[in-house]
Amino acid sequence: MMPDLGKYAAEVLTAYAASAVLLLGLVGLTLWRAARVKRALDRAEGRHDA
Amino acid sequence: MSIWSYANPAKFMATTRRLTPALGALAALCLVVGLVWGFFFTPDDYRQGATVKIIYLHVPSALMAINGWLMMLVASLVWLVRRHHVSALAARAAAPVGITMTLIALVTGAVWGQPMWGTWWAWDPRLTSFLILFLFYLGYIALWEAIEDPDTAADLTSVLCLVGSVFALLSRYAVNFWNQGLHQGASLSLDAEENVADVFYFPLLVSMAGFVLLFVALVLMRTRTEIRARRLHALRLRERMA
Repeated sequence: MMPDLGKYAAEVLTAYAASAVLLLGLVGLTLWRAARVKRALDRAEGRHDA
Repeated sequence: MSIWSYANPAKFMATTRRLTPALGALAALCLVVGLVWGFFFTPDDYRQGATVKIIYLHVPSALMAINGWLMMLVASLVWLVRRHHVSALAARAAAPVGITMTLIALVTGAVWGQPMWGTWWAWDPRLTSFLILFLFYLGYIALWEAIEDPDTAADLTSVLCLVGSVFALLSRYAVNFWNQGLHQGASLSLDAEENVADVFYFPLLVSMAGFVLLFVALVLMRTRTEIRARRLHALRLRERMA
């Protein structure tokens, strides 16, 4: 299934791996911060309403 | 209904609640299709060999690095002229996404350049203006973090964004302006003669759609988070004063 990348295999795979790390890191950090802030806001609003 | 109604945080949150995950799912679908198609099912280029597969990452990320800054410019102008907080927060939310796109473009460009040009880096007009754009993104994010008062931070970062827009435009048109350096002209053009071959063109279009949708989905999600963070900050201040 893996295509034959010839003598440029290292460059192509490095480009894809680096991009995957950066994109997945960005998505992960975005989701993590969104969940953290939402939890904290829910708690604060709960205290405020009480 | 006026577009300015979305400047109301409650209206913005209600509208984007379902839109954001839908855009995220569509982005994931386009990225998987575009990148799998490009990586597994396109041939090598007769000059570049397999390195042509890097185009599916490099071109879309470079596109969004520049357009991300231009989106921040529009949002900053809206803030400066109309003082809508959501637009300032949207500009802030876009910066980390834009800087990641810029970094991907720089890294994939360097990895492609080494075997094709014989060097990782050259002080070529487009590469240099892209590096400066990256530094502007860094400065923009640092300025938001450094200033405590949110309105002052929004004012100053908006001005920085206006200045940085020169480099965003230079990154796009550097090849045309100076007509020198290593970087080739645009890979995509309305002129079919200048376009890459169809076999590379269509997966590239799908991949570009994926990057655009991912950018929009991430900016919407991060803007929602910034709005919540602003409300949280206000509630905590109120608690402290009570």
